[in-house]
Amino acid sequence: MLIRNLSKTALAALTLMLAGCAGGVLDPKGQIGIDEKHLIIVATVLMLIVVIPVIFMTLYFAWKYRDGRDHEIYAPKWAHSKMIEIVVWVVPIIIVIILGVITWTSTHDLDPYKPLDHEARPITVEVVSLNWKWLFIYPELGVASVNEVAFPANVPINFKITSDTAMNSFFIPQLGSQIYSMAGMETQLHLIANEPGTFDGISANYSGAGFAGMKFKAIATPTAKDFDAWVAKLKQQGKRLDPQSYQQLAEESKNNPVEYYGSVSKGMFNHIVMQYMHHDMDMDMSHHSGHSSSKNEGAE
Amino acid sequence: MSIAIRADLDVVQADEHHDEHHDASGNTLLGFWIYLMTDCILFASVFATYAVLFMNTDGGVSGKDIFELNFVAIETAVLLVSSITFGFALICAKHQKRAATLIWLLITFALGCAFISMEIYEFHHLIEQGNGPQRSAFLTAFFTLVGMHGLHVTAGLIWMAIMMLEVTKSGLNNRSITRLGCLSLFWHFLDVVWICVFTVVYLLGML
Amino acid sequence: MSFFGKLTLESIPYDEPIIMVTLAAVAVIGVILVALITKYKKWGVLWNDWFTSVDHKRLGIMYIVLALVMLIRGFSDAIMMRTQQALATNGAAGYLPPEHYDQIFTAHGVIMIIFMAMPFMIGLMNIVLPLQIGARDVAFPFLNNLSFWLTASGALLINLSLGLGEFAKTGWVAYPPLSELSFSPGVGVDYYIWALQISGIGTTLTGVNFIATVLKMRAPGMKLMQMPIFTWTCTWANILIVASFPILTAVLGMLTLDRYLGFHFFTNDGGGNAMMYINLFWAWGHPEVYILVLPAFGIFSEIISTFTSKRLFGYKSMVWASGAISILGFIVWLHHFFTMGSSANVNAFFGVMTMVIAVPTGVKLFNWLFTIYRGRLRLTVPVLWTLGFMTTFTVGGMTGVLLALPGADFVLHNSMFLVAHFHNTIIGGAVFGYFAGFVYWFPKVMGFKLNERLGKASFWCWLVGFYFTFMPLYVLGFLGMTRRLNHTDNPAWNFWLYVSVVGVFIIFSGVILQFVQLYVSFRDREQNLDTTGDPWNGHTLEWSTSSPPQFYNFAKFPKVSDIDSFTDMKEKGEAYQRHERYQPIHMPKNTSSGILMALGITAAGFAAIWHILWLAIAGMLGAFVVFLFRAYSNDHDYYVQPDEIARIENAHLDKVARGLT
Repeated sequence: MLIRNLSKTALAALTLMLAGCAGGVLDPKGQIGIDEKHLIIVATVLMLIVVIPVIFMTLYFAWKYRDGRDHEIYAPKWAHSKMIEIVVWVVPIIIVIILGVITWTSTHDLDPYKPLDHEARPITVEVVSLNWKWLFIYPELGVASVNEVAFPANVPINFKITSDTAMNSFFIPQLGSQIYSMAGMETQLHLIANEPGTFDGISANYSGAGFAGMKFKAIATPTAKDFDAWVAKLKQQGKRLDPQSYQQLAEESKNNPVEYYGSVSKGMFNHIVMQYMHHDMDMDMSHHSGHSSSKNEGAE
Repeated sequence: MSIAIRADLDVVQADEHHDEHHDASGNTLLGFWIYLMTDCILFASVFATYAVLFMNTDGGVSGKDIFELNFVAIETAVLLVSSITFGFALICAKHQKRAATLIWLLITFALGCAFISMEIYEFHHLIEQGNGPQRSAFLTAFFTLVGMHGLHVTAGLIWMAIMMLEVTKSGLNNRSITRLGCLSLFWHFLDVVWICVFTVVYLLGML
Repeated sequence: MSFFGKLTLESIPYDEPIIMVTLAAVAVIGVILVALITKYKKWGVLWNDWFTSVDHKRLGIMYIVLALVMLIRGFSDAIMMRTQQALATNGAAGYLPPEHYDQIFTAHGVIMIIFMAMPFMIGLMNIVLPLQIGARDVAFPFLNNLSFWLTASGALLINLSLGLGEFAKTGWVAYPPLSELSFSPGVGVDYYIWALQISGIGTTLTGVNFIATVLKMRAPGMKLMQMPIFTWTCTWANILIVASFPILTAVLGMLTLDRYLGFHFFTNDGGGNAMMYINLFWAWGHPEVYILVLPAFGIFSEIISTFTSKRLFGYKSMVWASGAISILGFIVWLHHFFTMGSSANVNAFFGVMTMVIAVPTGVKLFNWLFTIYRGRLRLTVPVLWTLGFMTTFTVGGMTGVLLALPGADFVLHNSMFLVAHFHNTIIGGAVFGYFAGFVYWFPKVMGFKLNERLGKASFWCWLVGFYFTFMPLYVLGFLGMTRRLNHTDNPAWNFWLYVSVVGVFIIFSGVILQFVQLYVSFRDREQNLDTTGDPWNGHTLEWSTSSPPQFYNFAKFPKVSDIDSFTDMKEKGEAYQRHERYQPIHMPKNTSSGILMALGITAAGFAAIWHILWLAIAGMLGAFVVFLFRAYSNDHDYYVQPDEIARIENAHLDKVARGLT
């Protein structure tokens, strides 16, 4: 009975494990993520060439040369062997050289700043991390959304990323690379979805009390038409993103619902990046977040 | 903080006569050397930060607008001369010339005070013009780097005052000569740091 | 500003039941302790023989006691984190709101690294290093005492935050701008700053002290390349301390200026640059992990060579591999933030440099293996820890190399995979090493051995518990779960979070068994006495002394002519020699200056946290005055007379003679 129960549990666990593989970085849906998964597997296999023998030798030597097995050779003063020393230095060096070459080339190939080589015309999405939600601005389309981003599958996306407050990390695990969002500056990320779907997006860098709720959905639409429909849905919204409404949005909020802005005032992203610059800025924008958040947190 | 560490090492030398085959003042001087290396890294960190931040004037003044090279050149000369005079003090101490040691120490002390006064004047002047450390990241880094050196010099001056009292009261024994040796290392070290400050902050800042 | 600065009665979190219960428990234990000490009239002993002691062995014991107490605190945090994440699945809130949970993971990190691992490592180093090089104490015994009290001061401050105010809600790295005043206006980050700053200065002084000790205090004849391997790895660690802790001092100082005086080092406005903090922090933080792990490598080397009754294989390789790790440890810090947007060249350079570290580390593993080869391995508790380390750490090293690949890090960065990786190396490397060293040197320090059965049971709980806790976290990382989440809503993660919480309770049993082991071993100490001072047939000089060693360590300085100097002496028949005449031994006197100075500095730190200006000034001034008194008093030392030495030595040698027959 017990055994049957155990095997049932084990089976359930196994199913869970297999099911569990879905949705993570090992289940990529975009070219970058696919390349990165491939890289992880290659590197792991390469390292296992050393790791498995080491673990095996540890256990085997410990068993073979344990005290009381007097028939084994005992060489208490043996502490040096040129041969072995050369081997133990050279083998890891060779593996690291191979890994080093892989590192060098893959790092250049997967550079988040490198535009993707693809025939489709990329779309630009400007991303702002706020306390505690994500704002996505489509400068070419004049719309914006909160905690939901969409783009057609098989079209490269150029993300330009900044932060309004603390540092966050913009990450859609199934599409690949993440990159930090930092106030007063812009970072870049280039991704593509190879197939349509809705993917989880998160902040991968802790940024305060509402951090756990800083999630968004990334929708890769099957066709460009579907994407246009999504944009049209946004445009139907009367709300406009301008410095005033932005200031409201920038107020702290946890688990912010999805919001749409039908229009966006020009240069909004630049405004947000530049808001901490002294004097040169219009005064509406400067310093708001620091003060508002200090008020809120000060109440604790 | 630095004064605590420094003087600590200084104190300890009394503790280790116990290893007959080890030389106590040798231990102290070595320990103090190692401490100076840590201080060196402390300065290096702040130098690196200055190098990163000196462009970030946030619409305010830059080095070119506020540095008065002639003034700083005099400041530099004063500190350099004080290093030489400290050297004389140490030579006299090693020759057991108590009065001469005290006079040279006093001259060094006066030069150090002059240096600090000039620095305070410079800082005061800047803050009065609205160019205090809160104004921009550049000024933050500038005040911190130069001010940290200034605090070290001040600590050195307090230490020097105490050493002058010690030499006056109990003369030039092993202990006081070792301590003077440490102080001299410290003083020369601050000189070297200042030359870096002068070059990196003031000379390069004027470019 | 009022008389008590920002401190009011409202600073006590009455409304937090978990905290109040904890405080009550701490108070009850405290009262019991005080009552017991008073009842058995031990206050004098405590003050005269321990708190004011400059004896490196006693300071080492105090460091380890501190580490064990902090282990309890840090481990409680760990249990709360794992249970919270297991309960707060499917969108449930769990029992810890973010305001509390965020403090817990910050405190867990700071406490485990700075106040558990560091004191444990420094404690072992304090006890063993001077004995291994045949010295009577460290180069600066008073400074050693002060270092300990500065560490304790930091530990006290961080624990005060539990019941007074709050702790930082920033993660243990305290990245700005989150840690700046605008986003963290409370006292939490100030607790963080001052606890780390004060203990960090203590650690820097320890580094200075032990480098001077190793360079100046070695027994006659001991060349640098004859120092025991643990001494060598500690020396590399001390070099790292001296070279990296000032960076921490600097960066914390800058954050202090930002928070207290409105400077703009790392603020969003005013042209500040938070990336500079992150760079400087890891320029300290990365060497810091090697500071933790290198001495552990040394411990494993000592243990393997002792318990195989064999020389260490490739001593020179070991020394230079440690040196290579130390130096390389300084040029890899950027791998902590490949995702910041550095150019591909920069990322690739730091990635490759990080992998290069795998080479000397791999060499070390092979050298341990070939030390076991053709030896006679006694499977004692320290050896079990070592074998557990060799298998576990290898996995941690592998995942570390994976994270060093920028392309892989782009998806694994900050994930649970990372959390699993560094626990894999820090627990599987450093902590296993300290526990191994603890069991190994325990008879030397206390004079009796630890219970073997309970030790083994504890080891297996730790090992199995470790795999149950952290292997699921690797999986969670692959499933896209990031770290520091207060609650989750992803059904695929739940199973692994539940497994992990089972694991943490298995480790918990291991921790309990360790304390039971201490109690049982103490109860049965008469049966486990170590009369010879050499219970394991050791190779190095610490085993040539009595257990516990005489307060002067060595009546006569040993003459060293081999790496395994004590084995050499035993083989030549020079061990346990009786001497006709002894020279007087010059010893440092105990002093209350260290604890008093630290008291002043603690008061100043506390005052700084709560903005109580007068107390800050008074504390610093007090510390300075105590120090001046110390500097100008001449009552620092005394001589142990030859007849007393002869009496102590003969008593010990008689015991040895009885034990050997």
